[in-house]
Amino acid sequence: MNEAWFLLIFPLASAVLIQLRFKRTPNIAAAISVTSVLLTLLLSIIFSHTVVEPATFNWASIGDFNLQIGLQMDGLSKGMMLVVTGVGALVHIFSLAYMKDDESKARYFCGLSIFMFSMTGIVLANNFVMMFIFWELVGFSSYLLIGHWYQKDSAAEAAKKAFLVNRIGDFGFLIGILMLWTLAGSLVFDDMTLPAQGPLLTAAVLLVFCGALGKSAQFPLHVWLPDAMEGPTPVSALIHAATMVAAGVYMLFRLQFSFGHEGWQLFANNAGEIIAWVGVITSLLAALMATQQDDIKKVLAYSTLSQLGYMIMAIGLAGHSGDHGGHNMAGESGMFHLYTHAWFKALLFLGSGAIIYACHHEQNIWKMGGLAKRMKATTLTFAIGTLALMAVPYLVSGFYSKEEILLSTLTAEGEPTPFFLIAAFVAFLTPFYMTRLFVVTFFGKARSHGAEEAKEVNNLMLLPLLILSILAIASAFRFGGIDVPALFQAIDPRAGGHHPDSRAVGLVMGTSFAALLGGVGLAFFLYKGRDTDPLANNALFKIFRNKFYLDELYLKLVRVFQDCVAAIIHFFDEFIINGLLVGGLSRSAAGLGNLFRRMQSGNLQVYSLLFGGGILLVIYLTVFFTR
Amino acid sequence: MATLHEYLFVSGLLFAIGLAGVIVRRNIIVVFMCLEMMLSAANLTLVAFSRFHTDPATGLPDYNGQMMVFFVITVAAAEVAVGLAIIVALYRARQTINVEDLTTMRG
Amino acid sequence: MHSLAFYLFSAIAVAGAVCLVTFRSPVTSAMSMVVSFLGLAALFVGLNAFFVGVIQVLVYAGAIMVLFIFIIMLLDLNSEERSKTCPALLVASLLIPALFMCQLLGVLQSTENESPKALPLTTAAAHFELDGKETKISQSLKGGDLPDVHLLGEKLFTRYNFPLQVVGVLLLVATIGVVSLSKKGSDRTAKPADQ
Repeated sequence: MNEAWFLLIFPLASAVLIQLRFKRTPNIAAAISVTSVLLTLLLSIIFSHTVVEPATFNWASIGDFNLQIGLQMDGLSKGMMLVVTGVGALVHIFSLAYMKDDESKARYFCGLSIFMFSMTGIVLANNFVMMFIFWELVGFSSYLLIGHWYQKDSAAEAAKKAFLVNRIGDFGFLIGILMLWTLAGSLVFDDMTLPAQGPLLTAAVLLVFCGALGKSAQFPLHVWLPDAMEGPTPVSALIHAATMVAAGVYMLFRLQFSFGHEGWQLFANNAGEIIAWVGVITSLLAALMATQQDDIKKVLAYSTLSQLGYMIMAIGLAGHSGDHGGHNMAGESGMFHLYTHAWFKALLFLGSGAIIYACHHEQNIWKMGGLAKRMKATTLTFAIGTLALMAVPYLVSGFYSKEEILLSTLTAEGEPTPFFLIAAFVAFLTPFYMTRLFVVTFFGKARSHGAEEAKEVNNLMLLPLLILSILAIASAFRFGGIDVPALFQAIDPRAGGHHPDSRAVGLVMGTSFAALLGGVGLAFFLYKGRDTDPLANNALFKIFRNKFYLDELYLKLVRVFQDCVAAIIHFFDEFIINGLLVGGLSRSAAGLGNLFRRMQSGNLQVYSLLFGGGILLVIYLTVFFTR
Repeated sequence: MATLHEYLFVSGLLFAIGLAGVIVRRNIIVVFMCLEMMLSAANLTLVAFSRFHTDPATGLPDYNGQMMVFFVITVAAAEVAVGLAIIVALYRARQTINVEDLTTMRG
Repeated sequence: MHSLAFYLFSAIAVAGAVCLVTFRSPVTSAMSMVVSFLGLAALFVGLNAFFVGVIQVLVYAGAIMVLFIFIIMLLDLNSEERSKTCPALLVASLLIPALFMCQLLGVLQSTENESPKALPLTTAAAHFELDGKETKISQSLKGGDLPDVHLLGEKLFTRYNFPLQVVGVLLLVATIGVVSLSKKGSDRTAKPADQ
């Protein structure tokens, strides 16, 4: 046991305390929860400077197979812990104000603490089994928090949907873990040996990727994330933007990272190709859908999907990127993007939370407008977040990570690949829909009563926004004595001495700059001063608005599939199980019983008759039959 | 002189008549008598074998068989005593000794 | 045993048995049983089993028959009512003994028949002498008599001593059981019987 375990103990203790003792006193519950997260943040900052070697426990040993519960304290997990506890702490503080009048505040903070506990577990797990356990736990806490306002049907449905969709992915994940165990010889990250290439490895990587598919909401399992916006906005910021949805990316990178310099070879096969394609398709579809969403949180949700698609694509491209002086550019750029994205996406979500709060829980951007005049500080922070997401050159952190990802989509010779083209198009769409969001929400005139009455939120909400906007700019640099990117030394491509030739850099820079200008310009041109969406009646954009009818398709598919399976199972159950096995057995037992019941007439004469018959039979069998 | 088979046949005949009586009679006392008849028929078999399969050492009847008869008679006596007591108790409870009315054991 | 005597006594035994089964009145049945048992006892005597024959008369025809009659009187039983016996039961009650007899005949046919050998009484006497001295058994054997009771008694008190004790205990237990059964049942024991 050593102090690193407190990272897990604090949030768990907080959740237990709240649930068991302070359910009726929400203010104390909130205080406990916030204290625990601040303590873990403090610990994470301390640990990021020091070498920690926490004890490992044997959880279960079967033969020579040991299930460990242990903590992995390397640069990757330390950096990730900073993100989790940092965003977590700010979201907790923001929640203090946002959920001030919620009637089940204690339950909310209990859920947050459970989430912090489980997320810490994922980040610090030193083996796949432990990671899987916490992986399920975050799913559970996500379910709790999405369904926080369970009185609303849509929230309850969304929670269920998130949980069920994640189950699909987790099923594959579990099989993948078992396959990796046989292939790599161990489930402990440090002890795994790189397996030889082959179809088995491809299948294992793809199955493990299934877990990321669900948790990081990649196409085709992305449908739960937009619905998850039914949860309270701070939850969306913490779980569905910054940390939990990034767990899939983190897990894939952890897998790659644990094989060291050769880790990229895991993806140097069809699996990597498929992963990259899934990522890029998600990125494109989500960006297209984001252009036509009216709900401010939905826009952000789709943009999260889009950015996650970027990261997944980068991880998938790791195989094609290869080893550069001990660094794998593509994978590390994906992780780097995760890191920067966490801050500015949390900022955007908390900012939208502040706006929603100010507009009396109005989420439709067409009913806002003119907020820039009324909420100056919020507007400023939101603008910084928007710039970061748009990846404005040199100014914000988002730029650096996005450039690295775009660079990694180029071939070794600096030639563009299909990935590059799609990613560049997404890079055009991102500024487009963010500008649309920003212009409609903050400029023009107020289009509803709520927006007219909106006033600046209190300082407790502003504080996290301010801190996050600083981090949205600075997270790619050294600051405040803490060399954050240095923790990601293995991750930050710039630290690895990777110097792509200037032509490739020029191509990427030029493309992304053009995309940014084009997107912003087009959106300004289209939406400046509008009260309704000019594209709303366009057939193509209708498809985007309706999310490519994927939800309906899934509903149909599920229904048809379910009906078929149900019919088969019904037939099986009715005729085979019920009719033949259960029914047959029970009927034959009942028939036999009936037969023998008739013998039990209770009449002595019948008994003696049967007895006599039995004797005859015995005589026949012993005397005559044997001859 | 009567042969072994004749004795065995008579014994079997008595046994069969007793069995028929057990099956067909409804008065439980008569059923009981028929049971005694069957036991005695078995005794006849035992005695016949004792006489015909003589002790090889002495040439006298094999008295092991007759010992068996002795014990069967003893046990039968005990059985009759207990059985009749049960019938009396049964009659007290049910006012009948007709086996057709005694169907408590119907399944 | 002379064949004629054998046929006579077996006819008596069988006729008694048939009467036992066919007569309606239980008293008549009991009397038929006595007749049958007397015939059987005669058959036992014909098989040189004098003791068993005597026991048969004493225990069965005497004690047990008296017991039966006593109970019949006690319960004041009339003849069985002329309710119809189920025809299937009647047929089965004839069929099963008939089949049994067929099986018996089958067995008898396939085995070797034996005629009784004369008992070598005088030569057997030597076996029962103790250290060359004459015993009661050897004496009567030499005299041409079969000391049936002596021989049985010898077996009973030597080889079958332990079973004899056990049977004694059995009789004791039966006595106690009969006493407790015929005791006017207390309410506790009477109730379940009423249900």
